[in-house]
Amino acid sequence: MYDGGKIIPGLIIFVLFITFPIWYNRGNAGTVPQPELPKNYKQCVLPDADMRAEHMQLLNRWRDQVLRTGDRSFDVKIGDTMYQKSLMNTCMQCHTSKKKFCDRCHTYASVKPYCWDCHVAPVE
Amino acid sequence: MDKKRRDFLKIAGATTLAGLGGPAVVERLVTGTSPAQARAGHGEHPVAHGAKTHTAASGHEDNNAPTGRRLGMVVDLRKLRKQPELMEKIVHACHAEHNVPHFPNKKDEIKWIWRTKFENAFPEHSDYYKDKLTIAGDVLVLCNHCDEPPCVKACPTRATFKNKDGIVAMDYHRCIGCRFCMAACPYGSRSFNWRDPRAGLDMNHINHRFPTRMRGVVEKCNFCAERVGLGKQPKCVEVCGSTKAMIFGDLNDPDSEIRQVLKDNFTIQRKPSAGTHPSVFYIV
Repeated sequence: MYDGGKIIPGLIIFVLFITFPIWYNRGNAGTVPQPELPKNYKQCVLPDADMRAEHMQLLNRWRDQVLRTGDRSFDVKIGDTMYQKSLMNTCMQCHTSKKKFCDRCHTYASVKPYCWDCHVAPVE
Repeated sequence: MDKKRRDFLKIAGATTLAGLGGPAVVERLVTGTSPAQARAGHGEHPVAHGAKTHTAASGHEDNNAPTGRRLGMVVDLRKLRKQPELMEKIVHACHAEHNVPHFPNKKDEIKWIWRTKFENAFPEHSDYYKDKLTIAGDVLVLCNHCDEPPCVKACPTRATFKNKDGIVAMDYHRCIGCRFCMAACPYGSRSFNWRDPRAGLDMNHINHRFPTRMRGVVEKCNFCAERVGLGKQPKCVEVCGSTKAMIFGDLNDPDSEIRQVLKDNFTIQRKPSAGTHPSVFYIV
């Protein structure tokens, strides 16, 4: 190989350079977002882990049940109380701050749900 | 292989016959009926929302009774024309309840329920030598929640659909803003959000229990599906209150108040020749 003495170290430096974010941040998960939970309520619709993983599917299911099949019954059980399937009239009644709850994770994960194009966040 | 022309033609003919007639014979053997009868049976509507009958199509009387609800409304113009302030109150209450924006520019206007001239609401009716009240008074118009809604047929995404109560509803999550429904609606009941509707709303004084819309979707009256679903009356009917200028109920229930009103009064509908079977009736 002509100029091997320059090419191989050059390649090594290049690989190290482009993998810089990986080895520099090794073992560090970064700051995990801390959404602020409602203080007066201990329970949600589903257990915490399920809510974290599946709240979007749950909201889509509620949307289809309410809008498409017209099922507006109060069939969501939280603790001992029954609630209606509603983002604005159920979820956001406990989670009174979109900025401190929804946005913290969504900003971290860089997801931009279009809920708030139409649905109105609580006044903060 | 030695194939004679005569044998080839015989086999080809038999194969063609089997191909054409075979399925019909098999269907007859399996179902025990002739194909013509079998086809007639499929034409029946499993759910007939409308009050109209399908006697000619099926010939089975029992299947023609309407099942499910068909919500409708009677607007008593005799009462409303005398009280233009009540009409104004109704429009305002509906638009406040549903966060309908106000844009002064006619092109950007969004309306769910509004006042219009008699000749615009009922263009098929003669307006020669109108009486004083008809000339002076407006007609309150809204989405007719047709039994045969042309907007639903036009919608390519099924964003607008007829729900189980006979309400022509909108699912704004699915609307792509193509405006086919606006072209299809013979009543001009639909408005397009050319601008961000929140720009036309006082966001400090909106109804926090109902969403707004976004730019680029079509919107219209939803017969207060969100209130009716909870057992309440539509907002406009609630505002009319004891004046009974608007009556709301199930057109398929012969004992409902609305059916009594329809029985006792002569009513007209908007553009009946369009064949849309509106669920909003007018007493003039």
